[in-house]
Amino acid sequence: MKKTGAQILCESLAREGVEVIFGFPGGALLPLYDTFPQYPKIRHILVRHEQGAAHAADGYARATGKAGVCLATSGPGATNLVTGIANAYLDSSPMVAITGQVARPFIGKDAFQEIDITGITLPITKHNYLVLDAGDIARVVKEAFHIAQTGRPGPVLIDIPRDVFQQEAAFAYPERVNLPGYKPTLFGHPAQIKKAAETINTAERPIIIAGRGAIISKAFAELKELAEKAQIPVVTTLLGIGCFPESHVLSFGWLGMHGMAYANKAVYDSDVIIAIGMRFDDRATGVVSSFAPQARVVHMDIDPAEIGKNVRVDVPIVGDVKNILEALNQQIVPREHLGWFNQVDRWRDEHPALVIRESEALLPQYVIRQIYEITKGDAIVVTGVGQNQMWAAQFFFYDKPNSLISSGGLGTMGFEIPGAIGAKVGRPDDTVWCIAGDGGFQMTVQELATIVQENLAVKIAIINNGFLGMVRQWQQLFYGRRYVHTPLSGPDFVKIAEAYGVPALRVTDKKLVVTAIEKAMDCEGPFLIDFVVEPEENVFPIVPPGAALVEALELPRPEKVTRSSK
Amino acid sequence: MTTAKHTLVALVEDRPGVLNRVSSLLRRRNFNIDSIAVGHTEQSNLSRMIIVVEGDDAKVEQVRKQLDKVIDVVKIVDITNNETVARELALIKVKATASTRNEIIQIVDIFRANIVDVSSDSLIVEVTGDEDKVNSLLDLLRGFGIREIARTGRIALTRGGAGPLLVEESREVKAPKPPPKALPSEAESPPDW
Repeated sequence: MKKTGAQILCESLAREGVEVIFGFPGGALLPLYDTFPQYPKIRHILVRHEQGAAHAADGYARATGKAGVCLATSGPGATNLVTGIANAYLDSSPMVAITGQVARPFIGKDAFQEIDITGITLPITKHNYLVLDAGDIARVVKEAFHIAQTGRPGPVLIDIPRDVFQQEAAFAYPERVNLPGYKPTLFGHPAQIKKAAETINTAERPIIIAGRGAIISKAFAELKELAEKAQIPVVTTLLGIGCFPESHVLSFGWLGMHGMAYANKAVYDSDVIIAIGMRFDDRATGVVSSFAPQARVVHMDIDPAEIGKNVRVDVPIVGDVKNILEALNQQIVPREHLGWFNQVDRWRDEHPALVIRESEALLPQYVIRQIYEITKGDAIVVTGVGQNQMWAAQFFFYDKPNSLISSGGLGTMGFEIPGAIGAKVGRPDDTVWCIAGDGGFQMTVQELATIVQENLAVKIAIINNGFLGMVRQWQQLFYGRRYVHTPLSGPDFVKIAEAYGVPALRVTDKKLVVTAIEKAMDCEGPFLIDFVVEPEENVFPIVPPGAALVEALELPRPEKVTRSSK
Repeated sequence: MTTAKHTLVALVEDRPGVLNRVSSLLRRRNFNIDSIAVGHTEQSNLSRMIIVVEGDDAKVEQVRKQLDKVIDVVKIVDITNNETVARELALIKVKATASTRNEIIQIVDIFRANIVDVSSDSLIVEVTGDEDKVNSLLDLLRGFGIREIARTGRIALTRGGAGPLLVEESREVKAPKPPPKALPSEAESPPDW
C-alpha cells in the first residue's frame, strides 16, 4: 500500500516513539501539516519563532533523555533553527530537526525561501540528510534517531523537499540501521580499565570530575559506588551538576571559571584526576598550561576525539561511562584518604563562596536561594546565560540529575523560556522554574504566547538588573568600568506578561520576595515575577581570563567565616 | 612541535557531499590540505580518500579522530609511518623550440617519463612517480619555461598483504566486536575501535 512522503514521515516518527513536535508551519511544509490531523497521537506545539522550537526540543531532550523534535519550513524557518541546533550540538543533546525544502526541480536555483540548510548545518550536526525520494524517508528517520540518541548524542537534521512530501511510495519501516561508518565503542578496553584501577588504588589525593556524560549515561549509581568505595571527593562541571547529590558528604560543588574556589583548589592539588564524561572545556580548566600540574589523568568518555584534545591524558578509556565504571568498580580497593578529605573540607570552610552578604538591597543570590528554600530543591531549573545562570547554579542545590538545564557550551541567551517550555512538556508533573536575565528574556519573549496557548505552568523569575550583566561585570573588572552598550533598557515586564496572558508581579523589596514566590507556586498556571535586583552585583568567584583555576578572585570575606547551611 | 606532512587514508561512503564534509572539517580546524585524491575501491559504495596535510603529530591525530566521527567516514588511518607505495601523476606543458626540444627529450627519457603532446612551441610531459621524482623533474624543466602543470596529488597503498584499510566483506551491523589489536600506527594509544 502506498503512502505519501508526509504520511511516511508521520508513521516513522510514531514508530520512533515521538510524542511531541515543536514547530512552525510554512509554504514548503503545507503537505505535511495537512497530514498531521491523521496522526492525532503526535502532539504539535506551535511556537512563535523557530529558534523557540529548537530550544524547546533541546530542553525536552535534556529533561527526558529522549530526542527532541523540532520542525521548520524552508529558507528563513530553517535558518532560524541554526542557533538552537548549534546549542544542542555543543551540549550533546539528542535532537532531530526536520526542515521543509523547496521542490526538487527548484533546488540550487535560488528559489523563493530556498536555502542550503544541509550545507549550513554541516559543522553543527552529527549528520544531516537531504531526502530526494519518499522511499528513503523511513530509513533516514530510523538512522537519524539512532545517530541522535546513541554514542555521544547530538542533533541530526533532515531536509525534505515539498514535492517529496507529496510523492507516493511503499512504506516499510526498517528493522535495523546499516551505518558502517558509525559504531560507537560502548565497553572500555579491559587493559585500560585495569590500568585505571591501579592508578586510582595507589592515589594519595584522588578527585573525580564528573560531567554531562555521567548524566547522559545515567551512571549515577556507579559513580556513587566509586566515590564511596574509595572515599574520593567529587566535583562536577557546570553541566554535570546533579549527577552526584550535592548534599552528599563527598560532594564538593563544581569547578571552573565561576565554580567554588575549594573545588578548583582541590583539582589543582590532586595527584589523580578521574574525569568521567567531561571534556576539559576552557571554562572548566582555566588556562590549560596550569591545570592540575601534578595530576595523572584518567579520562573516560564515549567520544574518542575528546580524549587528549585539551589536556594530556595518562589513562584514556573510550566507552559508555556507565559500563566502564561498572567494570572499574570491581577492581577498586576500598580505601580512605582521610588526610586529603579533611584538607579539602577545610578549604571549603575557608572559602565560603556561597555566603550571601548581609544587605537590605534585593540581591539576586537571595532570590535564587529563596526559590530553593520554598521548592525544597524539588524543581527543574532552566536558566538563561550569564550572571543569572551562574547564580542559579551556585545558590540552588541540585540533588537529582537533569534538574539544572542550562546552555553551557554555546551559552545561548534566550534559551531560558523555550528551554523551560520543552522541560515542562517533557516532565509535566515537575515544577519548572525559569531563571531569566532581563537581556535573555527579551530575546525569546514571544514564546510566552506558546506558554499560554499550551497552558504550561512554567514559573518565570526575571533577574532584572537593567544590564547585560555578565558583560558589564567583565567591563567593570577588566575594562576599567567602561560600560559600553551594556545598560539595557527594557519594557515593563509585568505588563508584557499580562498582555500575553501570564499573571505577573514585580518585586523591588527584599521583604516581599518570599510571598511573591509562594504566590507563583500557588498559582495553577504560568506565573512571572520581575525581580528588580541590585544592579551592579558581581558573580564570585571568578577566574580571570588567562589565569589558573587557583587564581580565582573571590568575594571579600565577611568577618565571621561560617559554612553555608544546605 | 615539529610539523610534517602526514598522509591520511580514509574509506568513505560513496555519497554526494562526503568530500564536502571532510574538507569542511579540515578547514574548520585550520588545516591546509596539500592534496586530496578520491577514487572508487574494490567494493562498490565505498571510496578511498587520500589526504596529505601538514601539521604536528598531536594536531593531525586530533583531526584524524574528528574525521572518524563523520558518519560517512567508515575508517581513517594515518599511514605516514607505515611502509607505503606512494605515487603521483603530473602533466607538464613545457616551452620547447626546435633548439631545446632534444635536450628536453633527453631529460624526459632519464626520468622514464613520456611525451604525450607536441606542438611547434611546446611539449606536454607525463610523469608518474613519488613526489620527489616529480619535483625533481619539474625543477629541471623549469629552466625551459613551464606553461602549465596539472598534478593529481598523492595516492598510496601500504605495502604487504593485509593493510589497515582492507575493505570488509559484509556491511551488516553485527554485535559489538571484541576490541581489535592495535594498528601499527596506533601502537602508542589504545585502540578506540
